[in-house]
Amino acid sequence: MQNGIFLLVSLVVAALVFFAARALNNDYIFFAGYTVLQFIVLATAWNILGGYTGYVNFGSAAFFAMGAYASVFFHKLYPLPIPVLIVIGGIVSGVVGLGTGYLTLRLRGAFFAIATLALAVVLQTFVVNWDYVGGSRGAYIIRPNQSPLTGPYIHYLFLLMLVLVVLALACARSIERSQLGYGFATIRDDELAAEASGVPTLRLKLIATTLSGALMGMAGAPFPYYIGYLQPSSAFGLEYAVNSIAMPMIGGTTSWVGPLIGAVLLGSLQQIATVTISSAVNLLIVGLLLVGFVIIAPSGIVGLVQHGWPRRSAK
Amino acid sequence: MPLLQVTGLSKRFGGFVALDGIDLAVAAGERVGLIGPNGSGKSTLVNCICGTLVNETGTVRFAGEVVDGLVTHERTRRGMARSFQLPRPFGTLTVADNLRVPLLYTVNARRRPALRGAELEARCIELLMLVGLAEKAANLPRDLTQVEMRKLELARAMAAEPKLLMADEAMAGLSQSEVDDIVTLLIRLNERGITIVLIEHIMRAVMRFSQRLVVLVSGKKIADGQPETVVRDPVVERAYLGQ
Repeated sequence: MQNGIFLLVSLVVAALVFFAARALNNDYIFFAGYTVLQFIVLATAWNILGGYTGYVNFGSAAFFAMGAYASVFFHKLYPLPIPVLIVIGGIVSGVVGLGTGYLTLRLRGAFFAIATLALAVVLQTFVVNWDYVGGSRGAYIIRPNQSPLTGPYIHYLFLLMLVLVVLALACARSIERSQLGYGFATIRDDELAAEASGVPTLRLKLIATTLSGALMGMAGAPFPYYIGYLQPSSAFGLEYAVNSIAMPMIGGTTSWVGPLIGAVLLGSLQQIATVTISSAVNLLIVGLLLVGFVIIAPSGIVGLVQHGWPRRSAK
Repeated sequence: MPLLQVTGLSKRFGGFVALDGIDLAVAAGERVGLIGPNGSGKSTLVNCICGTLVNETGTVRFAGEVVDGLVTHERTRRGMARSFQLPRPFGTLTVADNLRVPLLYTVNARRRPALRGAELEARCIELLMLVGLAEKAANLPRDLTQVEMRKLELARAMAAEPKLLMADEAMAGLSQSEVDDIVTLLIRLNERGITIVLIEHIMRAVMRFSQRLVVLVSGKKIADGQPETVVRDPVVERAYLGQ
């Protein structure tokens, strides 16, 4: 399917989802759905770097939080429409991604992962000590009750996140089927051989960190308006880092559809657990599923569908 | 003017001198064998020429241009290609896609209009037919035999349309008939105008392939000349052949 047709189909599906949710006439659907959609964007963004190039990023929460705090900053400085804040959040986190890439891309494997984790700690410390955006106290964002476009404001946020999902999926899918996608795959498989085949690995890694960071920042930008009160511990929450990794791994990292499946599955399970048991079990669910998939189906659900159950090697 | 000219090239790993003032010139269209015992610096020399390792002293000129300071992919785009001692295929890409990568990133970087769609596909198949892997185009590298893996390695290097191919132990671990197969393939590639430097231990293959033989021992070049003359050189016999 051509990228343009895919985009068109995705927009139609997104419109159907939106109107189906409205037909249910229950705001909780929008609150829960927003979180699931947000995780689709985060998981897709993580997968551009972690899945396509094989560089595991443990600092997703930092990129997400940069987008969120960029919104808080501008909300206090000069309130702007959320679509503009999403673009700003994308630019801020994209620049942070580029910087991270530039500083860390000589690192590989566990060293790169640890460096991204350290980045999250450094940025959280920075935000905790930045009074203008609320510091450790956090910041209140009073959002309007109604949006002229959709009525209830949560419907508007849900719609924006749906558009972001379409954008993120279209971006991931077009990368996958492009020269850039081949380049990313060679970096994942063998960097030395990639260079010997003419692939400019450093440049491609910088593109991956920038794109991935920018999409995470875009996912984070509307978050203060969703949550109403943003504090460092919620923006830099462990759940963002863990879910961003677990969702693509459970869904499958080699295809754009993997993070989508993983995020819908895990995100929905977490929402169900939140209302039926407790939100405290969310990370437990993620942990158990992740361990199970790593053992039983290391290529995720997409791998299972494509290649069936992995054969056990003879002892 | 030689296609490849290495002058006074040295490389150290801590206190260990891997290469010590190597001079080497390879003319366009030549078939050069590079031999030496394990640890003599053959692969290090290839790595320095290709830009994988940075040499401390000396200069590498390629097609008349100094390429020191260029990273590996830039040297590949200028026409240097290599195969690895242990095959390093892109494991998650199909055999055809393994060839698509150098076509997209190297050939298209210097070709206008760029190869696209059916033309790109046809070039992949042509290369796979050249090495006898056309039927495996849709397979993953893990489905290939050892000799097929070596052929894929050579085909991928060839896909970059190089002027110079450095084949690093392209026959290690192969049977006699498979070795013959690879030598025939390398000679066929050379007949297409590609200069080849073959790094190898299998003397029968080296003697059949090489028009000129270079011998490295302990990071120093100890012989360079006609293969028949070089293998009878007493210094080479003592240092390398052990006779």
